[in-house]
Amino acid sequence: MEKVEALSELKKNKTAMVGLILICFLLILALIGPWISPYNPLVPDPINRLKGPSWSHLFGTDSLGRDILSRVIYGSRISIIIGLIAVSISLVPGAILGLLSGFYGRRVDEPIMRLMDIMLAFPAILLAIFITAILGPSLLNTMIAVGIVYIPHYARIVRSSVLSLKEQLFVQAVRSLGGSNLRIIALHIFPNTIPPIIIYATLGMGTAVLQAAALGFLGLGAQPPTPEWGAMLSEGRQYIQNAPHVAAFPGVAIFMLVLGFNLFGDGLRDILDPSLR
Amino acid sequence: MANPLLEIQGLKTFFFTRKGIVKAVDGVDLSLNEGETLGLVGESGCGKTVTALSVMRLVPEPIGRIVEGSINFEGRDIVKMTESEMRKIRGNRISMVFQEPMTSLNPVFKAGFQIAEAIQLHQEVPAKEAWKRSIEMLRLVGIPSPESRVNEYPHQMSGGMRQRVMIAMALSCRPKLMIADEPTTALDVTIQAQILDLINRLKERVGSSILLITHNLGVVAEVAQYVGVMYAGHIMEYSDVNRLFKNPKHPYTIGLFQSIPRKRGPAHRERLQVIPGLVPDLLGLPIGCKFQDRCSQVFQKCKNEPPPFVEIEPGHQVRCWLYE
Amino acid sequence: MNEPLVVIEGLKKYYPIRRGFFTKEPLLVKAVDGVNLTIRRGETLGLVGESGCGKSTLGRLILRLEEPDEGTVYFEGRNILEIGADQLRRLRREIQIIFQDPYSSLNPRKNVDSIIGEPLAIHDIAKGEEREERVIQLMEVVGLRPEQRHLYPHQFSGGQRQRIGIARALALQPKLVIADEPVSSLDVSIQAQIVNLLQDLQSEFGLTYLFISHDLNLIEYVSDWVAVMYLGKIVEWAKQDVIYEKPIHPYSEALFSAVPSTDPLMKRKRILLEGDVPSPINPPSGCHFHTRCPLRIDLCEREEPPLTPRPNGSLVACHVR
Repeated sequence: MEKVEALSELKKNKTAMVGLILICFLLILALIGPWISPYNPLVPDPINRLKGPSWSHLFGTDSLGRDILSRVIYGSRISIIIGLIAVSISLVPGAILGLLSGFYGRRVDEPIMRLMDIMLAFPAILLAIFITAILGPSLLNTMIAVGIVYIPHYARIVRSSVLSLKEQLFVQAVRSLGGSNLRIIALHIFPNTIPPIIIYATLGMGTAVLQAAALGFLGLGAQPPTPEWGAMLSEGRQYIQNAPHVAAFPGVAIFMLVLGFNLFGDGLRDILDPSLR
Repeated sequence: MANPLLEIQGLKTFFFTRKGIVKAVDGVDLSLNEGETLGLVGESGCGKTVTALSVMRLVPEPIGRIVEGSINFEGRDIVKMTESEMRKIRGNRISMVFQEPMTSLNPVFKAGFQIAEAIQLHQEVPAKEAWKRSIEMLRLVGIPSPESRVNEYPHQMSGGMRQRVMIAMALSCRPKLMIADEPTTALDVTIQAQILDLINRLKERVGSSILLITHNLGVVAEVAQYVGVMYAGHIMEYSDVNRLFKNPKHPYTIGLFQSIPRKRGPAHRERLQVIPGLVPDLLGLPIGCKFQDRCSQVFQKCKNEPPPFVEIEPGHQVRCWLYE
Repeated sequence: MNEPLVVIEGLKKYYPIRRGFFTKEPLLVKAVDGVNLTIRRGETLGLVGESGCGKSTLGRLILRLEEPDEGTVYFEGRNILEIGADQLRRLRREIQIIFQDPYSSLNPRKNVDSIIGEPLAIHDIAKGEEREERVIQLMEVVGLRPEQRHLYPHQFSGGQRQRIGIARALALQPKLVIADEPVSSLDVSIQAQIVNLLQDLQSEFGLTYLFISHDLNLIEYVSDWVAVMYLGKIVEWAKQDVIYEKPIHPYSEALFSAVPSTDPLMKRKRILLEGDVPSPINPPSGCHFHTRCPLRIDLCEREEPPLTPRPNGSLVACHVR
């Protein structure tokens, strides 16, 4: 599909547009955060702790008196970076494994796919906890853990894409022209696996953010005072009764980011799937 | 002369797509008498399949619609019927055989079941009786040992056999009209010969008329008595088969015949006379004659006005300004 | 008679079908079951047969897109089954293929310039401006407008895509071109254009064609010699006019008689074969055709007939005729 066609299709697809708007909004927030955030997110102000939303603190304050709005704004940066890094960590090895597995078949395919099956047999969150426990709790390790957990997913989609592409006549054509396997994989097969990868990666951003938030919630992720949304949720748990705003706002922020990616990913799938045109 | 079994007048079926209106069938007149076989010939996009689907009222809605015209079958206008009236006709008075025997049979039901279903939809017979009739139908279409074949699933059968099952289904209620859409295109040549032979014999036995849709001129010559040549939604020429093949008049028809590779003449490697250009894009058809861009005999009038469908001799009609 | 360009002897290709853990011997699809054939320089050999006869597989074996299980293929006197990877790459410049499906034989994400230029890039033949020149030349030769070289396959019609495939095949200036059903998926009027193009190219560049098709009229038109395949074997091999005038093998006879004639007044005496085309999995014993042959005798079931020369110059594999 040509880029021009893709863009016009994009505009027509409402799901994708809404998703895109949400994502862009949060991206912009992440970029200009430090300039628009009213307070320093890290500085405690014990006098004003657990104050509800007011004109001076639009989202209220948390248990240490820090401004929640500012923390949410800074948190957007962190969450987006989490998404990007985690997805990259999943995608690169996953795609390589999928390409090799799908292309070379049998001898290479069997061991790789069995390993992937084993990884997939564990609930994602358990595996992530396990990896983080080994590496030690920190934000970076959370991203690595979430990244590793999702490698099999990318390996699988790339592999199935490769399996069907391998049979296409144009691959045989390159071989008949004298092209090497490396050429076929890199220049012909891989570019054709990009659409499903993009879709999955977009949806994967949302998942990664959620998983990281879950790990943060469990105390394994970002360590205080980092304003990561999951950690903020965890903190807000104790105050659900009397100060629900502490958990509510980071919760809504997570929801919006994940929703944005999901909608955009769904819309992309519709756009890039030629059989639906 | 009795009234024709099927009479189509001024049929227009359009598709309303995002990119514009596709005039798949743009003013088609046809008639078919009892016991006759009419072949509709043309290349991809000419509108022959959409014509058949219009007769069956199977044009996908809402993207497609019959916008004008009448289809008179046994005295009633199909275009005006309700869906429930149509259901009584489909499979019963008019039935259809499709091109792909692989995908037009349900893979999870036995052959016998599918034929029996066709029967039971229209006739009040108990299941046992319908099953017996299925076996009879399989015998009729030349499948050996029908008693055991009736219990087989489509994947256990070859392409030719599946097509026979489809024909059996189509004929199970002794329809007056059978529409066959490229019935042999997906089959090997020797199997095609068997199926065409079968269709010819069955026509006599069952007393059906046949509307045969194909792009293969050889098939038409074998099976049809009358032929309509379609291009870009119009019938360009219509005649009885002998006259059309011996004496075609429309430049497109002539071009098609010349495109078919045949024995090489004394001049070694004589080139085929080709029709230049591409099969038309139905979204960008010209004003005037739709064939103008590819016609070797085009002149000014062709570009200004679309030619009418006129009878140049009894039973032979052409849509071309060369014959006014 | 021209000298042979390709000589094939005893070529076999079997595909095992896995039937699960508990069966002892796998079933074999005997796609190509012992083929002897010669293709002469500058000529067109038409290879006909119905589905499952192995004609496409044979084409791919000659190109070594698949490796045969037995037999030899000589190209210009060299056994191409024994050469190393480097020599194989160079060989690829001499033998090219045009595929049947114009839709899947072109990479949808590459533009025409890149597709036609790829063989030149693979073999380091031309770069930059020189390469572009060559691509433009090739496009003109096949009847495409060079301005369209930056467009993508989906923007072209089936016939045009096939032209792109032909241009790509010609880029390396091959000696032998295997045309595997090159016009089957095209409309009749477009078929004629492509067939003319292929004929013109053959004269202009001195190409040798192995023309594979199930369309008997087309084969009659393009071929100098014709080979008829049935279930992995060649049953008859003769000059085009000889075989179409009077085929000897009962299968050839039935095959040619089955083609619908475009003359409605000509009542062709049609030989209808019994039953279906058998599958190449465990084909019948002896002569593969004996189960459907109207002329069969006992010997046919026991012993496979070899391809033997006949008085009219054809080679036929039949005990009876």
